[in-house]
Amino acid sequence: MMRRMKAIDKKIFRNLWEMKGQALAIALVIASGIATFVMSLSTLDSLQTTRASFYSDYRFGDGFASLKRAPNRIASQVEAIDGIDTVETRVAAFVNLEIVGYERPVTAKLLSVPEGAPAQLNKLYLRIGSLPDPAREDQVAVSEAFADAHRFVPGDTLFAMINGRRKELTIVGIVLSPEFVYQIAPGSMIPDFAAYGILWMGEAALSKAYDLSGAFNDLSFTLVPRAASADIIDRVDTILEPYGGQGAYLREDQLSHRFLSEEFRQLRQMSIMFPMMFLGVAAFLLNVVISRLIQMQREQIAALKAFGYSNLAVGLHYLKLVLVIVLLGVIGGTLLGMEFGQAMSNMYMRFYKFPYLDYVLRPIVVLGAILISSVAAVLGNVYAVRQAASLPPAEAMRPAPPANYRVSIVERLGLRRFLTQPTRMVIRHIERTPVKSGLTVLGIAFGCAILILGLFFNDAMAVLVDVQFFQTQREDVSVTLVEPTSYRAAHELRSLPGVGRVEVYRTVPSRLRFQQREYRVAIQGIEAGGDLLRLLDDDLNPVPIPEDGIVLTDHLAKILGCRPGDSVTVEVLDGHRPVLTVPVARVIKQFVGVTATMDLNALSRLLGQGSAVTGAYLSVDANAEAETLSALQARPRVAGTAALRSQMQNFLSTVGNQMLTFAFFNTLLAVSIAFGVVYNSARISLSEQSRELASLRVLGLTRGEISYILLAELGILTLIAIPVGWLIGLGLCAFVATGMQTDLFRIPFVVSSFTFTFAAVVILVSAVVSGVVVRRKLDDLDLIEALKTPE
Amino acid sequence: MPSPSCTTERDLVFRARGVTKVYDMGEVQVHALRGVDLDLFAGELVVLLGPSGSGKSTLLNILGGLDTASEGEVSYHDRILTSASERELTEYRRVHVGFVFQFYNLIPSLTARENVAIVTEIAPDPMTPEESLELVGLGDRMDHFPAQLSGGQQQRVAIARAIAKRPAVLLCDEPTGALDSTTGILVLEALERVNRELGTTTAIITHNADIAAMADRVVRLVDGRIAETTTNTHKKAPQELHW
Ligand SMILES: Nc1ncnc2c1ncn2[C@@H]1O[C@H](COP(=O)(O)OP(=O)(O)OP(=O)(O)O)[C@@H](O)[C@H]1O
Ligand SMILES: [Mg+2]
Repeated sequence: MMRRMKAIDKKIFRNLWEMKGQALAIALVIASGIATFVMSLSTLDSLQTTRASFYSDYRFGDGFASLKRAPNRIASQVEAIDGIDTVETRVAAFVNLEIVGYERPVTAKLLSVPEGAPAQLNKLYLRIGSLPDPAREDQVAVSEAFADAHRFVPGDTLFAMINGRRKELTIVGIVLSPEFVYQIAPGSMIPDFAAYGILWMGEAALSKAYDLSGAFNDLSFTLVPRAASADIIDRVDTILEPYGGQGAYLREDQLSHRFLSEEFRQLRQMSIMFPMMFLGVAAFLLNVVISRLIQMQREQIAALKAFGYSNLAVGLHYLKLVLVIVLLGVIGGTLLGMEFGQAMSNMYMRFYKFPYLDYVLRPIVVLGAILISSVAAVLGNVYAVRQAASLPPAEAMRPAPPANYRVSIVERLGLRRFLTQPTRMVIRHIERTPVKSGLTVLGIAFGCAILILGLFFNDAMAVLVDVQFFQTQREDVSVTLVEPTSYRAAHELRSLPGVGRVEVYRTVPSRLRFQQREYRVAIQGIEAGGDLLRLLDDDLNPVPIPEDGIVLTDHLAKILGCRPGDSVTVEVLDGHRPVLTVPVARVIKQFVGVTATMDLNALSRLLGQGSAVTGAYLSVDANAEAETLSALQARPRVAGTAALRSQMQNFLSTVGNQMLTFAFFNTLLAVSIAFGVVYNSARISLSEQSRELASLRVLGLTRGEISYILLAELGILTLIAIPVGWLIGLGLCAFVATGMQTDLFRIPFVVSSFTFTFAAVVILVSAVVSGVVVRRKLDDLDLIEALKTPE
Repeated sequence: MPSPSCTTERDLVFRARGVTKVYDMGEVQVHALRGVDLDLFAGELVVLLGPSGSGKSTLLNILGGLDTASEGEVSYHDRILTSASERELTEYRRVHVGFVFQFYNLIPSLTARENVAIVTEIAPDPMTPEESLELVGLGDRMDHFPAQLSGGQQQRVAIARAIAKRPAVLLCDEPTGALDSTTGILVLEALERVNRELGTTTAIITHNADIAAMADRVVRLVDGRIAETTTNTHKKAPQELHW
């Protein structure tokens, strides 16, 4: 049944219709804030839900261990440990691959698929084709990321160096595994889907190839709920020690999971920080705009009160008006946020290899969005209505006494005679209403600040790449060796074609401990006086490697809570597993990854072994790089090589790409917020001053002349707002840079002049567009209307 | 109606013929003016009377170039206002017409002197703001902002602003509408003085029939038509009025 709308409710729609342009601009600001909120949270939720269901459906292990070789019966000993649920053993090996038509070196992890019974843990999702025949030595399934990078389809072949023998393998299937959602080579910080892959082969065939029949060298297990995980790890280690155990670890230290968690953590930080700032700004603007709108309705409020409406009724009336706008914004923002959220999630799916994506938008997110924006609107509303309603109706209805003006400061400084009347009007108007002018400036400044925040990521990424790939890592090619080799042998690499400098290093897997905090990291020993890997101090100047003690990246020092001068405990996870105490010599600046570095000789001394090395950094003549790489590939001791340039490209196309996609959407939304703010400010000034301007038109001023009065004010306020916005923007960036620190990378706090310029240009263009709209409205100014009514 | 002899003796300033104004409100049409013929002569002081809604303001606005007629022709000297462009009307208002309104319409952010100056700065042959403020008896309040002036003083600033450009015509819509009689008389004195000393053709809309006594001619509008025009043989000075 349709009831007749009450007159006062009709007023809402009339008012809304009258201010439709402005209402839309306000809704746009709210929508942009809501969109970042919905986009970020739904992306995060979707990825987390997808991961959780993939993990549980495909039984991702809770713990893992690698060892040299243990007979199969040992597995039941492990299974007997209290708290361990299921154990599954397998054979794992790292192999070099040759792919026809692909020049660069490729390595892979080769894993066995159990025969007979289907896998219990870390089950494979078969995307296409079939799993390898257990008995066939020439069939493999490959990970989807790897297959995509090389456009493999079932039936394609590749060559692998399996235990020293070159074998042709046929791809029979393409699979996904919960263990390799984030497919990254051990020891590297950046995924390279083409250079590192995962291969699965039948267990019988693989164990035969590695002389591991009836034995295993890798296992994973699940825990019963609420198991004492730390104890269990110790007990697994005790059992596996005699068999060359390399230290069992929990899911949280599993490579793919750890990276994924770090990335989710970073995404969560962004999902909280960005929307909070955007919504905060939108709420602030809403507040300002609404309260000014309501103040303009002073007389109507007085009239309503005179008719007998209570303050509450009047307040509710305006609240409805505001909520209609908010609702518009929330609906628009949610739809936009879902659209962007899906785009973002799909972008992440290119890096995270899930078999499917569950896009989820939790109702609570939408409710949160409604709540935040409504609260902001209501607060703005309450304040303004209170102010308007506090006037006795009779007083508010009388023609308002002309506002009190004074000669402005600018004029009192002696500039009066240089100013025309219209300019004096502009300046006095700004000074007359300092709060209003201040809020306008602040509003526009926030629009500017958000733009800076959106673009800041580009700047940060550029510096990060420069610092990491040009100032810290300066080699052309890095080489990892199959096993620790003598110092001299490694230096023979210099004789290879195209090789210039060779700097060797040694990595030692270890666990660093300081007080109760610990962190698993490979300590890297590097040569003194090296130039291919440099350590940078806080000002990014290279510093030499100290002769003694360990050097930590600032982030690692923070994780451990230690400072130079403290001593950390180093638990070596290799060889005789010594536990050592090493002083922290220095803390260095590094934006990517987490490293612990020592002088190579100091490290060897500490380990009490001869000077063995595990890898080297090479500088290579750019023209000879391909030749050098294939020469390196041919050397049996070389386990893997990586070209720095491709590492950098990989970084940019993965981590960089993700950050910049996020920043792109945010910049888009920031532009719309900035425009909404400027446009609203202009429109409100227009409504506030239209009567005065109409009077001037009657007196014979031209459209151009009255436009000047209004637009000069907007111009002055905009020009003041831009530097203020820069400052606020810097503050927001500093906040994000300190807040967004993960093990993967830290955001350097740098804002380029391009970013400042871009933000200013967007604001100025918004001001010009708003100015043009306002100018057109001024042309339609009703002259007679202004004369009929007192204010 | 003016006698034929008058027409030859005095210059015709406004000539309105068959002026009609229809507000089209969609379903209904409001006829604000239904064919008005009116001549205004140089130096004349005319009072427009009539009930509310009879079309007085509409007529004055059309004469002042603030509004356009739906039908009919209005000319100001040789200029046909009814076919003038927006630009020409602005120029016409800027140079030839002074307005005074019931609600003063002063610019609150400018002082009395500056409120006048805003017009003198764009007029071709203005008097100084000081002169015009002296003329309305506000020589000692020039640097006051509107908020610091009484209603009557504000209205006199509005008059000073209207006359400062030495307009040929002064159009006043209820100039005393918001004032008490003493203050109203001060304002009327200012208008009368401008009319007398500068020879400005003046039209005053009022609801106050007593004011009609100071006019040369009184035009009465009823329902969008001129119902009656009377010529005063004996004009009263504003001081002699009271209501
Ligand atoms: N913008 C408008 N739209 C529609 N009708 C209008 C408009 N302006 C005036 N009118 C109508 O035109 C008629 C004449 O109005 P006008 O303002 O000229 O009257 P008035 O004689 O000045 O009255 P008052 O003494 O009350 O000021 C009225 O009936 C009014 O309703
Ligand atoms: Mg009127």
